[in-house]
Amino acid sequence: MKRLENKSALITGGAGSIGLITAQKFLELGAKVILVDLKEDSLQKAVESLDNPNASYIVADVTKSADVENYARKAADKFGKIDIFFNNAGIEGVVKPITEYPEDIFDKVIAVNVKGVWLGSKYVLPIMADGGSIIITSSVAGLSGTVGTSAYTTSKHAVIGIMRSVAVEAAPRKIRVNTIHPSPVDNRMMRSLEAGFNEKDAAGVKAELEKSIPLGRYAQPYEIADLVTFLASDESKFMTGTLNVIDGGMQI
Amino acid sequence: MSILKDKVALVTGAGSGIGKQVALKYAAEGAKVIVSDIVEKGGKETVDEIKAADGEAFFIMADTSKPDDNEYLVQQTIEKYGALHIACNNAGIGGPAAPTGEYTIDGWEKVIKVNLSGVFYGMRYQIPAILKSGGGNIVNMASILGKVGFANSVAYVAAKHGVIGLTETAAIEYAPKGIRINAVGPGFIKTPLIETAMDEASRNALVALHPIGRLGESSEVAELVLWLSSEKASFVTGSYYNVDGGYLAR
Repeated sequence: MKRLENKSALITGGAGSIGLITAQKFLELGAKVILVDLKEDSLQKAVESLDNPNASYIVADVTKSADVENYARKAADKFGKIDIFFNNAGIEGVVKPITEYPEDIFDKVIAVNVKGVWLGSKYVLPIMADGGSIIITSSVAGLSGTVGTSAYTTSKHAVIGIMRSVAVEAAPRKIRVNTIHPSPVDNRMMRSLEAGFNEKDAAGVKAELEKSIPLGRYAQPYEIADLVTFLASDESKFMTGTLNVIDGGMQI
Repeated sequence: MSILKDKVALVTGAGSGIGKQVALKYAAEGAKVIVSDIVEKGGKETVDEIKAADGEAFFIMADTSKPDDNEYLVQQTIEKYGALHIACNNAGIGGPAAPTGEYTIDGWEKVIKVNLSGVFYGMRYQIPAILKSGGGNIVNMASILGKVGFANSVAYVAAKHGVIGLTETAAIEYAPKGIRINAVGPGFIKTPLIETAMDEASRNALVALHPIGRLGESSEVAELVLWLSSEKASFVTGSYYNVDGGYLAR
């Protein structure tokens, strides 16, 4: 039997690099997957690229409770119960010192990265199967500070609070809740942040960041997906309330 | 599955409990396993179980609190299988139960020797062998008590905190050289001691510390160790992973 045979999975940020490659891995391991993201055209492309009858999508703005309620209801209509919820959607905001950080962007980052994760937990928990697994995407920025990313850093610290709260609340139903904490991943978000740190020398920023990682490189999205898969599977059935750092040693 | 095919793995304290489950899983995934324990009977039983399942394993008796035994263990591993890629430094003892003001000096020294120095001695000899074998990884057995305190267990708590420090330091040193080094922090795991020697009230009190409502199984810890030891964890180093049923979540 495949490791995720007969499991149903819901992935927010499903059109992004980590969400999409995780979906691919889940499908390979026998799960059925619904991708949730903001834009229909990206979702269509994502599902086409997966090329699997067990993949579908639902458009939603994770900051709006009506949208979240809707994706949870549709997922329940389709699968009955959800076994795996990868509560992953997030945005990076901009790179500016806090004294210059635009308030509207702070609000937006908190809305997506914190309220979106909270709303997801609120509306998906009731449709989850007992014994299911919720994985929340935090970051190494959830564990320490970086100059210029106050909104992102705040939001990624905050989701640890959501994770711990839901972990203790959902434990009686054997539902497990854990966070993952990647260091920079080789993807769109990092290209945006590299340019944010230094528009004129994004490549130089990348080289500096790589130097700060003992393994000497960024993570690849599939490496994050492997961790999410482990946390989603029954192999990790005694793991709940844990912080799972995947950072090439950056946080030491 | 055979995610550890052609790898040579060493597990200390592999005659019982978590270490035994780690050895069984390594072998089931295709690794050649050196099963080490201070107790010959348990270690040989682990080897017999691995062989009965068509796996490859060999027993070497060692007291991990002795530097020479650790050196010998690595030498014999190379002698037997020609390489070393993976080590799980798992051997550990509980030590006496007493408040710090009454803790025996002997008890302290014994626990620190096995649970802390033993892990250092292990890595001290494993690392050069892993480098010569072209790289690999090490998983050190810490505990939730590597992060928080616990009454009447000062030596154990101090040693397990120390294991995390050893892990982080060695991880930085050897990340550029192809060795990943991580620590695992289990919650309270079902062992014969807890199952039989504890009265029901104490056992229930221990269970109540785990939001998931039960104690862990050795095999559940072994799954995490296996994952960290495999290429699937290729970007994980210097990390401390918990498998504790939510113990540290509150």
